[in-house]
Amino acid sequence: MTTHDVFFTIVGVICAASALLSVTTKHLVHAALWLMVALVALSGCYLVLGAELVALVNLLIYVGAIVVLVLFALMLTRAPIGRSHEHDTSLAQRAASMVLCAATTALLAAVLISGLGNNAVRVSAGSTHTLSVQLFGTWVWPFEMLSLLLVAALVGALAVSRLPNAAIARTESGEGS
Amino acid sequence: MIHLSLPLALVAALFGIGLYGVVARRNAVLVLIGVELMLSAAGLLFVTAGTTMHDPMRGGQVLTIFLITIAAAEISVALAVVVAVFRARGDIDMARAGEDE
Repeated sequence: MTTHDVFFTIVGVICAASALLSVTTKHLVHAALWLMVALVALSGCYLVLGAELVALVNLLIYVGAIVVLVLFALMLTRAPIGRSHEHDTSLAQRAASMVLCAATTALLAAVLISGLGNNAVRVSAGSTHTLSVQLFGTWVWPFEMLSLLLVAALVGALAVSRLPNAAIARTESGEGS
Repeated sequence: MIHLSLPLALVAALFGIGLYGVVARRNAVLVLIGVELMLSAAGLLFVTAGTTMHDPMRGGQVLTIFLITIAAAEISVALAVVVAVFRARGDIDMARAGEDE
């Protein structure tokens, strides 16, 4: 066990445990909050692997923006506060998905570890300066395409959220009766 | 020095947990949480491969930053769809999606 191993084990266990809690908890809002813990721990994993910029971007965008968006969506869809069982599938389906989840995990772990090996390797992420030179040099065109993608996503989200008035009126009259 | 099996095991665990979240939940927002976990597993695999192998173009880290951006775009559109479905149907239950009202 090296120092990196110890630190990675600590943050990795926190990450996996809180991810597991976020998909199994009965409280809807707690699911989003456990997701936040899992993503902060994942930023810790990135830090241990030496990728500081990725860790910071992960913290800013995932924890700062995506979890807040998920919380917003939970509240806009009137998520019940407190324990509720109506968002879980039946016990048989949950058992089947547990088997599926375990099988996928075992398959992925076997393929990845047998493919990449279990050697002790040096962690060398390089400096942030090199990373930014590469990002705005080699990768500049994909970077520009991503800005286009973000604009398209923004326009798409706006267009989707503007339903025809008839559908909204039908829902509201249905709730009122 | 780090043993490669640790990050790879975490990648596998995160992806499996995310898959469980997608198939075992009925609320659409909780399904999206599972999708986010699977995307972060992919990001961790990129970073692991990028920092433990010789990579002069820093592809692992750059692609992870791209992945995070794409995930942000994906979640914004997906949540807009979820909210629109909620306004049109009154619930976001995946088990009842597609049924006639």
